[in-house]
Amino acid sequence: MSFDFDRVELADVSRHFGRRRAVSHVSLTLHAGDIVGLLGPNGAGKSTLIGMMATLVTPSSGTITYGGTPGVRDGASIRARIGVLAHELHLYPELSARQNLDFFARLHGMRPATVVNDALAGAGLTDRSDDAVSSFSRGMRQRLALERTLIHAPRLVLLDEPFTGLDDRAVRIVSDRLRALAAAGGIVLVATHDLDVADGLISRMAIVRSGRLLSDAAASSGLRRQYRALVEGA
Amino acid sequence: MFFRIALLVLKKDFAIELKSYEILSTTAFFAVSCVAIFSFAFVKEGQAVEDAAAGILWIAIAFAGTLALGRTFERERYGETLKALLLAPAPRPAIYLGKLLGIVMLLFATEVLLVPMVAFLFNAPLFDRPVLLLALLALGTIGYAAVGTLFAAMLVRARTRDVMLPILLYPITIPVIIAGVRGTSALLQSPPDEPMATLWIALLGFFDVVFVTLSLWTFEPLMTE
Repeated sequence: MSFDFDRVELADVSRHFGRRRAVSHVSLTLHAGDIVGLLGPNGAGKSTLIGMMATLVTPSSGTITYGGTPGVRDGASIRARIGVLAHELHLYPELSARQNLDFFARLHGMRPATVVNDALAGAGLTDRSDDAVSSFSRGMRQRLALERTLIHAPRLVLLDEPFTGLDDRAVRIVSDRLRALAAAGGIVLVATHDLDVADGLISRMAIVRSGRLLSDAAASSGLRRQYRALVEGA
Repeated sequence: MFFRIALLVLKKDFAIELKSYEILSTTAFFAVSCVAIFSFAFVKEGQAVEDAAAGILWIAIAFAGTLALGRTFERERYGETLKALLLAPAPRPAIYLGKLLGIVMLLFATEVLLVPMVAFLFNAPLFDRPVLLLALLALGTIGYAAVGTLFAAMLVRARTRDVMLPILLYPITIPVIIAGVRGTSALLQSPPDEPMATLWIALLGFFDVVFVTLSLWTFEPLMTE
């Protein structure tokens, strides 16, 4: 049976790039079923935190464990259960939507025949499946990248600004998708500046500023007011 | 798993290249131009300067290789797809091996054009010992590309990557280039010095084992920030 986990724990995690402190002494636990909003101003350390949880960036100090297993010990097995959608979309523009999904499905040991058509349908790109990604609009690429992120049914889903370039309908579809993922036991972390979309979607909010975790609390309505009070009042 | 991922990465690079032939055409054009320009300088009245053919063949391979390495990893930089590869649930050295195989195949394709051109322009009997020449080219290309692939991957996020790649790559790969040039020169002597060529081939084999092993070993720590 493949490796799986039901929580991700960051314990006193810091990351320095030379003398610059990107993340400083962050402790945070994400549980199955959570949709955690990672909020904070530009340069707060959100992308570095996502990079560390994705095993792409090594913490300078502290530990990250996946169901109790340190990320450094069993990297490949842990990565099999992680899906990442970053600022850049991790798509090959020269290849078609189908070729991109086929490649990433195979990379994760999936049988493309069973998952690629579903993913194309999920992205609403069945009709454009053989077109090069370079011919797609930003919103179409974003939808395709989200399907690429989820194609291997990851346990931990790390999304950095997933709503960029999406129209209202696509935002609703993506939000519903994330809720379904969490309801099925996924751990979803969404870094976003779009507080209106995050309001009502996230179940917890972790607010970071200058690399430090300012708040980790249950999200309630009026997210923007809470965010302003914490970030601008801090 | 390891070789499946390496082949998958190779197939993906091949599929992208088939869409445009961009890297193959620019690399081949650059290498051919390089040899043509050298032929104007080193061939006088139909006679080439002694040993020039071997040196020019390997200089063209090295320069074209640098171009191919830069362009190949530029593709992975756009869209940060290299990160997506590193997120695969596979041993990260398998990603390195896949990229290396792609670069080696690209350089082999360039050499298919280069070798007859050098033989013709420099009146060099390169095809008298085809098996030994093949061994020199194959092992030299693998050694050069092994180091180049590692450095190009490391530099993919660096702003000065275009400058840094040759600065790092050429000093480290000097043993490979020297072995390639000396081995090819031995083949171009009349009669061909087969024992000397074989010695350089053996040295190239040794360099390849060292460079590929070190690169596979260091790829993961070097690619993790």
